[in-house]
Amino acid sequence: MSALLEIERVEAGYGPVQALFGVDLTVAEGEVVALMGRNGMGKTTTIRALCRLLPATAGTIRFGGTDLAALPPHRAARLGLGLVPEGRRCFAPLTVAENLVVAANPGPWDQPRVERLFPRLAERRGQSARTLSGGEQQMLAIGRALMTNPRLLILDEATEGLAPVVRQEIWAAIRALKAEGLSILLVDKSLRELSAVADRAVVLERGASVWTGPMAGLTPEMADRWLGV
Amino acid sequence: MSRLALVNIAVLGLLIGGALVAHLTGHAFLVTLATKAAIFALAGVGLNFALGYGGLVSFGHAAFFGIGGYVTGILASHAMSGTPLTTLPYTMNGTNEMLAIWPMVLLVSGLAALAIGALSLRTSGVYFIMVTLAFAQMIYWFAIGWPAYGGEDGLSFYVRNTFPGVPTMRPLNYFLICTALLLLALGFTAVVMRARFGLALQAARRNTQRTVAVGIRPFGIRLTAFVISAMITGLAGSLYADLNRFVSPAMLNWHMSGEIMVFIILGGVGRLMGPVAGAVVFVTMEHLLGGITEYWQVLLGLVLLAIVLWAPGGIVGMLSGRGRDNAH
Repeated sequence: MSALLEIERVEAGYGPVQALFGVDLTVAEGEVVALMGRNGMGKTTTIRALCRLLPATAGTIRFGGTDLAALPPHRAARLGLGLVPEGRRCFAPLTVAENLVVAANPGPWDQPRVERLFPRLAERRGQSARTLSGGEQQMLAIGRALMTNPRLLILDEATEGLAPVVRQEIWAAIRALKAEGLSILLVDKSLRELSAVADRAVVLERGASVWTGPMAGLTPEMADRWLGV
Repeated sequence: MSRLALVNIAVLGLLIGGALVAHLTGHAFLVTLATKAAIFALAGVGLNFALGYGGLVSFGHAAFFGIGGYVTGILASHAMSGTPLTTLPYTMNGTNEMLAIWPMVLLVSGLAALAIGALSLRTSGVYFIMVTLAFAQMIYWFAIGWPAYGGEDGLSFYVRNTFPGVPTMRPLNYFLICTALLLLALGFTAVVMRARFGLALQAARRNTQRTVAVGIRPFGIRLTAFVISAMITGLAGSLYADLNRFVSPAMLNWHMSGEIMVFIILGGVGRLMGPVAGAVVFVTMEHLLGGITEYWQVLLGLVLLAIVLWAPGGIVGMLSGRGRDNAH
């Protein structure tokens, strides 16, 4: 497997406050990688640095062989980074269909295909996005990212704060996307669900990657040490 | 038919029907008043394009309104005097044909907006408001200090410019020309806001980073919207100059920028028909209350306050029962 995404010794921060102190992370073509760690350990910051929404102060980020350092964030996105940001916010003034259309790039993912993955979006096509339930908004946010026809789908806390039933729907969709061979980088708190879908885990501790390996290699002791609250 | 569609039709019907009734009953002055409302509405449609849909609060749209007016006045005055505008690098004569003036108006106001927008859009929020205001005031002071075209006194051109086959001096004819352009601008806005460009513009209004995350560069989209917005408002300025056969620095003053913004806030920010409803109410109030007291704007201020406090969707939002949902 060739590496689609290679993050090496990346450091980043917010103004004078440094948040990342050397993150290493790779995602191969077709691989599903879980980015794990307790709250405040740098998961979202890593994703923001990857998507160029936050400048990396050190280290390199290569995506599909291209160095992202010099690119503005919209150009990085066009290379195939499909971000589903934390908080599942949609474009509130637009309808469900318009939220999808606005993100569209040519490729296998189009509106009918997204609506097959999430039939609820088809039912709500003409509705204003702000009238959707939390779960439906998350589906729309994932659908919007898929409409860009990404090479890497990035899910930041995609199931946070959702009812268990809806959560299962989202996980089912993620498994379906994995089965189709899409590369996915995901952040989530549910160790059980991550174990079922992720090939590999990267654990962050105080802004640095401290462990990487197959999901099965993450022992209960390690999980307790790095992920327990 | 939705309630919103009914409100939209009623607003247009009021404007057009009112002008027709005034014409049939021989009230030429009221036709001219309706023409003024249609022109102000067009200026508002222009600003709404950037402010309502794109969230770009330009406090300098008088610049484009005035540029449209001055381009019209300058071309018409040269046509009247028979002197060329310039002989370098080649001779350029004035013209009194609307169909030749309008493209020039669109070009000049578009270029001005390209320059102003490229600089102002590097800021946001209150800074954007102030930078656009500053540019407009620069142009205002320039016009005042430009004696060749009347300086502070403005520039008159006595005969309204011509339109092929239509005697433009008849009030109803000129009203219909202005209303046709208004309808074109409304149709254009409606189509663009449902196309991907318009959707991206509205998406970027709510959240720049989320827009960037789907690969869209907000700056380019916003600059394009700003230029289109200025061109529409510039066209309104041209029509306004022709209505009065007179242009003056007052068209460029920040009061004018404020008035255009008032049309939108009265009618409904980001609503297609908002500027039309706002301009009709504004011109009606000015006419009815202005006859009673010259302090009529105090009452306008109260109405504006009431709208901002209790009906943030403006007149259109209030009547259509969609006060907060501002999708079209």
